[in-house]
Amino acid sequence: MSVLDWLTDPANWSGSDGIPTQMGYQLLYTGIALLIALVIAVPLGILIGYTGKGERLVAGSANALRALPTLGLLILLFLLISPVVAGQLVYVIPTIVVLVLLAVPPILTGTYTGIQSADPDAVGAARAMGYTKTQILLHVQLPCALPLLLSGIRSSTLQVVSTATVASYLGLQGLGRYIIDGRAQADFFQMAGGAILVAVLAFALEIAFTALGALVVSPGLRRTSRRRRTSTPAAVTTGAIPRTAT
Amino acid sequence: MTPAWIWENLPLIGELMLSHLWLTLTPTVLGLLVSLPFGWWAHRSRRGRPFIVGTAGLLYTIPSLALFIILPTILGTKILDPINIVIALTVYTVSLLVRVVSDGLGSVPVEAVQAAEAMGYRSWQRLLLVELPVAVPVIAAGLRVAVVSNVSIVTMAALLGIPQLGTLFTQGFQLRLYVPLITGILLCVVLAILLDLIIVKLNDLATPWRDRTVAA
Repeated sequence: MSVLDWLTDPANWSGSDGIPTQMGYQLLYTGIALLIALVIAVPLGILIGYTGKGERLVAGSANALRALPTLGLLILLFLLISPVVAGQLVYVIPTIVVLVLLAVPPILTGTYTGIQSADPDAVGAARAMGYTKTQILLHVQLPCALPLLLSGIRSSTLQVVSTATVASYLGLQGLGRYIIDGRAQADFFQMAGGAILVAVLAFALEIAFTALGALVVSPGLRRTSRRRRTSTPAAVTTGAIPRTAT
Repeated sequence: MTPAWIWENLPLIGELMLSHLWLTLTPTVLGLLVSLPFGWWAHRSRRGRPFIVGTAGLLYTIPSLALFIILPTILGTKILDPINIVIALTVYTVSLLVRVVSDGLGSVPVEAVQAAEAMGYRSWQRLLLVELPVAVPVIAAGLRVAVVSNVSIVTMAALLGIPQLGTLFTQGFQLRLYVPLITGILLCVVLAILLDLIIVKLNDLATPWRDRTVAA
């Protein structure tokens, strides 16, 4: 018996607690949390980038959040709501709340720094061509913000997908089940199998985001970012958005 | 009841705090030491830079809980061995700092380097006596992020049963008790703030010239 045997055992790949199902759960929680975070962070980030107000507050709270241990926060929320909520929701709500909390700061930072990074000449040119403020925002500033915004979403996604693993400790489904249950049953191969699956999923998402970036970012922006990369490190490619602990 | 629990468990809390401190500080220092040569290499080699910084950055995508479990399979250590945590956090620290060290060395004004050259410094003297000291503020900023993150990541080891402040979280969960849980969270935050302040202080001490020239 080895980790490889566990990973290739057909029994582990089927059924309601099989790898595809748990992978699905993991992606489901990640997707929900990201969607909520996007709905909160992108409009707020546009507002901050547009007005220049609240930047310090965001940077400050993002740093403070880094010091808060995710696992502790997760359990605290669980204890708080467990007397009032019943069923699976008692695990799902704390998890989603913590995941959203983790996902918001990188997307927020990515959005407003992205908006601010839009070339003033491009904005000026659009204005001279008679673009309204809304048109400038939608057709110039947001496309220019896309690389940094994507980098923010990527950081959020990676953090969320790995933290969703930890949520299995509360009793939630997902790939973390193999780690937590493996630990409880002293089944090291199950634990290691789960750990490898989580790591592979994170890598796959990282690669997916790199591909997405190449696909959706305007070629004009890519050229400048490549040029910048050789002189100073481009925030665009390697992620200037500081990631918090996962 | 609140003070009573803390009072009764004071020795345990102290022990957990100490091991948490050790599990955080060791990898932070080790990570810094490892990042210095790699960061310098990335700084020197124009072609190697994207590769070195990229590879280092990629390491950060490995989820911590997964790395804590994968490392024993690679190293042949026991799953409960705290050395896994130390190595995992060293990996994360290197991942963050290689880029920072390279950026820091890149931030050294050309004039300072040229002045050192003109004064006849050899290249290693220039690196150790001019470039590295001037890069300290940038490196310190990265180190602050790393150490605060590390304090938080260490708590994940509680899920494997390695004692540190995160143990208070799992205890709180198992006993459905707020007191150990909140004690643990607060101590983590306090520890993070303290270590952060220490780095700020060390940075000030290491760069006395900044007060007069750059501080404003």
